[in-house]
Amino acid sequence: MQTISFVFLFISSFSQSQFLQTQALSLSISLSLVNMSRRYDSRTTIFSPEGRLYQVEYAMEAIGNAGSAIGILAKDGVVLVGEKKVISKLLETSTSVEKMYKIDDHVACAVAGIMSDANILVNTARLQAQRYSFAYQEPMPLEQLVQSLCDTKQGYTQYGGLRPFGVSFLFAGWDKNYGFQLYMSDPSGNFSGWKAAAIGANNQAAQSILKQDYKDDITREEAAQLAIKVLSKTMDSTSLNSEKLELAEIFLAAGTVKFQMCPSDKLNKMLVKSGLTQPSADA
Amino acid sequence: MESVFGLVGKDFAIVVADSSAVHSILVHKTNEDKIMILDSHKLMGASGETGDRAQFTEYVQKNVALYQFRNGIPLTTAATANFTRGELATALRKNPYMVNIILAGYDKDVGPSLYFIDYIASLHKVDKAAFGYGSYFALSMMDRHYRRDMTVEEAIKLVDNIISEIRSRLVVAPPNFLIKIVDKDGAREYAWRESVKDAPAPVVAA
Repeated sequence: MQTISFVFLFISSFSQSQFLQTQALSLSISLSLVNMSRRYDSRTTIFSPEGRLYQVEYAMEAIGNAGSAIGILAKDGVVLVGEKKVISKLLETSTSVEKMYKIDDHVACAVAGIMSDANILVNTARLQAQRYSFAYQEPMPLEQLVQSLCDTKQGYTQYGGLRPFGVSFLFAGWDKNYGFQLYMSDPSGNFSGWKAAAIGANNQAAQSILKQDYKDDITREEAAQLAIKVLSKTMDSTSLNSEKLELAEIFLAAGTVKFQMCPSDKLNKMLVKSGLTQPSADA
Repeated sequence: MESVFGLVGKDFAIVVADSSAVHSILVHKTNEDKIMILDSHKLMGASGETGDRAQFTEYVQKNVALYQFRNGIPLTTAATANFTRGELATALRKNPYMVNIILAGYDKDVGPSLYFIDYIASLHKVDKAAFGYGSYFALSMMDRHYRRDMTVEEAIKLVDNIISEIRSRLVVAPPNFLIKIVDKDGAREYAWRESVKDAPAPVVAA
């Protein structure tokens, strides 16, 4: 009985009234199941009567408020661009990276959503990649890595009574089976391969611009320009500069896969070239 | 005592194993197949404890198949060798598999390759390898006569010479051998070398 009374308090503290009714509905169903749940709280991992998983959808809502990221597959590489939300003069930019993470020598990802959740999943992905290369002494194929991480995410939508991760990923990398690849995954554990994809705030708008402007044989440089252009159109801020963006490229150099974060002066030059920023006085 | 050996040729690899199944002083059968075909382009010849041999080679074969079903692409020979070694290594300090393995495979980008994996989980990529008492003769013959990029005919001639050395010089020599080959067209049985055939079952007059 103690757990039920705690739940009522928790629900009533929700400020968003439009959700209250639907949540109360799912709550009433879970009340009848609470004797079966015993130790595990099954509220987060049950279907609604309409056959939806509310917690997964709410997780995607949370990501819709987070800084966006765009990935574009070029014929000679993959480009990832991220919008930074935490911008402050006091931020130690040389050591902290907000959006881009290297998973293994041949794979990197951009994240959108709850940063602390992202950290856990990035660590899990890194473990999975190393476990594979320990067993097979070969780099883990990209699709298998994404599949493996998504299997982990799916577990949090089905059992354990824990909430799903509030993160979407754009995985980019190279393997010898399929060359350069780009994958997008969401909190449900669903994923697919893309030529160009967007996650985070305004991702619908970004995706439709990408659909119009993407060409199949785009080069890495053109892809970087396109990504910045799309991001500038979907970002809230009026002016763009290199402090608000992160740009990373994955490409092959002398037979090895390279992951390169674009330094801020080069990024500024690109922004000026695209006409998205006024050149600074001392340029 | 079991003999398994193998070598790499120009664009193929060969694994040879004796085919006697022995329990103490009794020969159960003389046509036992000790070279498991793991998938379309991989062979695994194994010698050692009979139960462990069958169990472990089947385990590797099924895991190779599972990988292909799950991921749509086959394992490379190198990945298979490292996976196999890893399984032996994990079991080593608890419940070791007493199996020695010669793994041969053909990959499109790499060509033929041969891996020596012993029961205490050593792994070596090699051009020629042998296990068992027969290895004393096989390795000596190969050291003398093996060259890189041999044709199939030259390799089989060397294999036959090794087999006749084993037959003539090893005190309890296995009488029959099985040869399997793997190349760009796949892994398959090449030939038997029998000096003792199982006695045919008598035909009962109708």
